[in-house]
Amino acid sequence: MSTPRSSSPPLRSPEQLHGDPAVSTDAARRTPAPPAGTYLGMPRFQKNAREQLANEQLRKNLRHATGTIRAKRADRVAEVPEWEELRLAGEAIKNRTLRHLDTYLVQLEESLTRAGATVHWARDAAEANRIVVDLVKAKGVDEVVKVKSMATQEIELNEALEEAGVAAWETDLAELIVQLGHDRPSHILVPAIHRNRSEVREIFLREMKQYGTPAPEDITDDPAELAGAARRHLREKFLRAKVAISGANFAVAETGTLVVVESEGNGRMCLTLPETLISVVGIEKVLPTFADLEVFMQLLPRSSTGERMNPYTSMWTGVTPGDGPQEVHVVLVDNGRTNALADPDGRAALRCIRCSACLNICPVYERVGGHAYGSVYPGPIGAVLNPQLRGIEHEIDQSLPYASSLCGACFEVCPVRIPIPDMLVHLRKQVADHKRGPHVESTAIALAGWVLSDHKHLELAERAAALAARALPHTTHLGPLPWPASPWTRARDLPMPPQESFREWWRKNRGEERR
Amino acid sequence: MTIHTQGITVALFATCINDVMFPGTPRAVVSVLERLGCRVEFPLDQTCCGQMFTNTGYFDAALPDVRNYVKAFSRYDYIVGPSGSCIGAVRHQHPMLADYAKDAKLAEAVDEVVAKTYDFTELLVDVLGVTDVGAYFPHRVTYHPTCHSVRVAKVGDRPYQLLSKVKGIDLVPLEAADQCCGFGGTFSVKNPDVSVAMGADKARHVLDTGAEYLVAGDNACLMHIGGLLHRENSGVKTIHLAEVLAHTEGAAA
Repeated sequence: MSTPRSSSPPLRSPEQLHGDPAVSTDAARRTPAPPAGTYLGMPRFQKNAREQLANEQLRKNLRHATGTIRAKRADRVAEVPEWEELRLAGEAIKNRTLRHLDTYLVQLEESLTRAGATVHWARDAAEANRIVVDLVKAKGVDEVVKVKSMATQEIELNEALEEAGVAAWETDLAELIVQLGHDRPSHILVPAIHRNRSEVREIFLREMKQYGTPAPEDITDDPAELAGAARRHLREKFLRAKVAISGANFAVAETGTLVVVESEGNGRMCLTLPETLISVVGIEKVLPTFADLEVFMQLLPRSSTGERMNPYTSMWTGVTPGDGPQEVHVVLVDNGRTNALADPDGRAALRCIRCSACLNICPVYERVGGHAYGSVYPGPIGAVLNPQLRGIEHEIDQSLPYASSLCGACFEVCPVRIPIPDMLVHLRKQVADHKRGPHVESTAIALAGWVLSDHKHLELAERAAALAARALPHTTHLGPLPWPASPWTRARDLPMPPQESFREWWRKNRGEERR
Repeated sequence: MTIHTQGITVALFATCINDVMFPGTPRAVVSVLERLGCRVEFPLDQTCCGQMFTNTGYFDAALPDVRNYVKAFSRYDYIVGPSGSCIGAVRHQHPMLADYAKDAKLAEAVDEVVAKTYDFTELLVDVLGVTDVGAYFPHRVTYHPTCHSVRVAKVGDRPYQLLSKVKGIDLVPLEAADQCCGFGGTFSVKNPDVSVAMGADKARHVLDTGAEYLVAGDNACLMHIGGLLHRENSGVKTIHLAEVLAHTEGAAA
């Protein structure tokens, strides 16, 4: 397919950046700079969450967005009588694949190679980024268009390309909002869930003109107008790009077919128009056979967007002469996945198909949003995935397993039945073991452990509690108290213990006759 | 399942939090079961389900509790506790902890005792075959189905079956009932800000019902929601389901 191509835009001049301190320091950049700092340098979840909770606009946006999508998912799932069987099938297929991952990956490589694709293997993010940057540079281009992809977010490919002088343009509407907003994604499926339409309007007005086709000066916050501005802004990039970068929702070992599931058609543009297509795929995305897609194409759209079927499903098998990209690369990325696979209590996380149902249902996510989790993978799945992919050396990853009330709603909605609450408990054990030496928590646990290890110890504690209650006979509740009671009593009253424990009552009233 | 209308012997697992902080709840269980003709025993060597330790990542601190539970309750055919969360922990976590301890004998004993362990509502509805326990509670109440009672112990609609048969009760639905109240065990103090944000929404939904009492099957969750309601002098009281069921005509409400 032949398309008119103009030259890529020049570097932005300092004048264009004038008056915007957020971007004025990166005049040499091709794309909007993300916020300063790194995910791994972030403080613990508890601290991030406190900041996010104070943002009323964020709370309102999240309450509305997660509530809407939750209800849609529930409706679409309720109309499938065999939903539980589908979940069990999804779980079984993924488990079988993971058990024989080595075999299926080699089969995938053979199928892809046979179909004319070039397969690359990357142990970690740095290797994957180097492979992609080299491929892009070899094509002699200085910009690429991107399909929304969690794997490339995870390895921070855009920044690696930027450092190499290549502009990576996000073409998914929400990813575009995040990129133009100098922001980070806060949701797996709807990365700009924390933004509302008036914020989007401001971002488009301020930023689009810096990086290509501007938004109309008189644009309102009407969603159709905003989408129209994005379409015009992106169109010139689609038509100009010679190289596209994607991820994949599934990679079929049997046939070498990659699958991208999307809603906007931007993916279809990227996957068909450019001459070269590079797909960055986590090694857990492999499925044994084409027929396995039957199960996942039912599970994924209903779980993620609450639709019976998503609007665009693209499948491609290597190179088709004369049709679509004539050079196809697939970069298979480990980046911590084999570590997770080696852990019997952790490997279930690799079943994840990135649907976001667990985020949308999570009462913690609903209140703090995605940025508190310090990763492109937020919410319950992020809380189990990040400490496995990245390890538990950093404060943020040590805190993530505790970012849950263990309410269990995530497991109920997970289309591949990942037992997230159980996995969080196992990860908490890893974190507790990791923190060697006595500290406040381990000391408190040791004390409580002693009290509850034997009923005689417990009775001592009960007598102490009863003494305290008798000393304050008119107090029913305790109000704000200093540390260590403050985390509870800052907002919640604490009931006084009773003057008589149940055990004591039993001894007096039933003890004579029975034990 | 066979329904036992004749008196059976039931061992009461009070749970540590009820034993120490909320003795009215296990007393209510005793009262209801005796009213229904059961013989109740309370093995004095019982302590705790250990879930506070397990869920904070300290499996070794939970193991003595697993052994205590087996020791205290193995000899009984029916073990009952007034807590979906603690009963859920016994069923779901004790087998995992016995495996963790690599103690095959303990694992076997745990499996046996777990099969005989019931939440209070399950014992009433499934074993004793009753939903009308002769209770009288002339108040407007709303019920919060606690997460672990629904998703771990899986008590289903049994609490509603029981509450709907209480004479004089005005049971009103709770908005977003299936959403967590934010207690979450040590989550409530390790992430207090999120916990309170979740609890505030739950408390708001409770207030919206105009209920006098918030009822639930777990006193830990009630302590959290009730702590918020009490701080703001809302006038809404919290009460365990067992205490509602223990209430009869003639007793002062």
